[in-house]
Amino acid sequence: MTPLLSVQGITKRYGAHIGCADVSFDLYPGEVMGIVGESGSGKSTLLNCMAGHLTPDAGEVVFDTRAEGPRDTVRMSEPERRMLSRTDWAFVHQHARDGLRMGVSAGGNVGERLMAVGARRYGDIRDKASDWLERVEIDAARIDDRPTTFSGGMQQRLQIARNLVTGPRLVFMDEPTGGLDVSVQARLLDLLRGLVRDMGLSAIIVTHDLAVVRLLADRLMVMKSGHVVEAGLTDQVLDDPQHAYSQLLVSSVLQV
Amino acid sequence: MTDYNFAYLDEQTKRMIRRAILKGLAIPGYQVPFASREMPMPYGWGTGGVQVSAAVLTPEDRFKVIDQGADDTTNAVSIRTFFERTAGVKTTTKTTDASVIQTRHRIPEEPLTEGQILVYQVPIPEPLRFLEPRESETRKMHSLEEYGLMHVKLYEDISRHGHIATSYAYPVKVEGHYVMDPSPIPKFDNPKLGDMAAIQLFGAGREQRIYALPPYTEVVSLDFDDHPFEASKADHPCGLCGAEDSYLDEVIVDDAGGRMFVCSDTDYCEARQAAGHRGKDAA
Ligand SMILES: Nc1ncnc2c1ncn2[C@@H]1O[C@H](COP(=O)(O)OP(=O)(O)OP(=O)(O)O)[C@@H](O)[C@H]1O
Ligand SMILES: [Mg+2]
Ligand SMILES: [Zn+2]
Repeated sequence: MTPLLSVQGITKRYGAHIGCADVSFDLYPGEVMGIVGESGSGKSTLLNCMAGHLTPDAGEVVFDTRAEGPRDTVRMSEPERRMLSRTDWAFVHQHARDGLRMGVSAGGNVGERLMAVGARRYGDIRDKASDWLERVEIDAARIDDRPTTFSGGMQQRLQIARNLVTGPRLVFMDEPTGGLDVSVQARLLDLLRGLVRDMGLSAIIVTHDLAVVRLLADRLMVMKSGHVVEAGLTDQVLDDPQHAYSQLLVSSVLQV
Repeated sequence: MTDYNFAYLDEQTKRMIRRAILKGLAIPGYQVPFASREMPMPYGWGTGGVQVSAAVLTPEDRFKVIDQGADDTTNAVSIRTFFERTAGVKTTTKTTDASVIQTRHRIPEEPLTEGQILVYQVPIPEPLRFLEPRESETRKMHSLEEYGLMHVKLYEDISRHGHIATSYAYPVKVEGHYVMDPSPIPKFDNPKLGDMAAIQLFGAGREQRIYALPPYTEVVSLDFDDHPFEASKADHPCGLCGAEDSYLDEVIVDDAGGRMFVCSDTDYCEARQAAGHRGKDAA
């Protein structure tokens, strides 16, 4: 089977400082990859390199495109990459305000990607937006309200709806549950798990929270100082960590 | 008046502005940056349009200035006087007699012809500004033709008002590529933008942008399939000349709150009255 995403030797430096170094892995269709590690270990740097927000200094990010099969997205033209970002890829930011237009209604936020790819029937856009609000458990009656009137959890769910409305195949998420109350986190995780399963999504999730990866990720990479120190099936890594740093990470969670 | 170079600006500045105009004509709808000069009037008075007019005027031209359809507002009079004094050009209020027309907020009702130039005063040239304040991002959106955001604006309009309530500065797509702000003309005027025989030049002074539509350019107003664009106007004939097809202003005529609808294009209205047309409120 062709991997949906094949990452080869991704390296990103900030001056002399290493952001992430020589990261390689394959992600297969329908798989969810978790990336864990302490603050500053390079998780976001890696994610942003894969999603095209940062240009890596070295390496390839090969995506299995619908039209032309595997393509290195680092070297494709910017319009092509931006088109991917609007169609087959989605990016869920930690802070909903980074991923939403706060001055635009919930319906407009969800509809934007549809309009960006050419939807020109208002009625259809609105129906799809209502449908997606319901799918992320937001009352469709709120469709004309701005996200500023939503709670943090609702904003995050709106961001997810806005991203998934065009049926992407790969979702990048950077701490999607960060900054939310524990009970709100649990609900969001449930929702994400349901969506990933129902839509057969592939996803890469960056998080501090091992409970998040336990629930969502099929596989896990542990990062430290920009390097991947351990990778494997989630349950294996969490239950029987091999690398000393992973052991520390897992045990620190068990103490909580 | 020999204190000034012809039309106030020095030749080098005019050359720079003409280059921007030519580039704008070569890439219809594309916003060309230019080094806007201080003009002896405040920005709100159309310094962008004044600089464009200064760059295209020749001694043989006949110049007309319209402000919201009228030739006699303070703004229109002062710009007209400015070029009478600095360029010594003849001026007129007749659309058909003018070779260069500078305008704020209207396109004349009388169809323009080849050889005429219409110069628009533009306050905000960037149609995406409302939703995306970052200029680096809007520039990218234009070059990659990523205009989903423009429809988000129209979507918001419909969701809030039940219809597209944008009635001025209604966005258009030029030759299937650049989305352009036609300046705050009423959307009633939008259909005149396309396929026009005259050259249309747009100058934004404070924002330092020039853009252009060469003659016979395709200009399409953005809309949704189920909410098509409509060039609406008040549903009345003109009270003075009886015109059914012109854009109307509602004016208060007495202390008792009496109102009447009259052509916003005063030259058009007067020409019709002179030709014997009468509306129901004509004296
Ligand atoms: N723009 C930048 N300029 C310079 N150094 C940076 C920049 N962004 C990140 N770094 C550095 O690169 C390393 C990796 O940072 P990164 O943000 O990828 O870590 P992270 O694992 O996402 O951390 P966190 O969990 O706190 O979000 C850190 O040492 C960080 O200080
Ligand atoms: Mg991070
Ligand atoms: Zn009239």
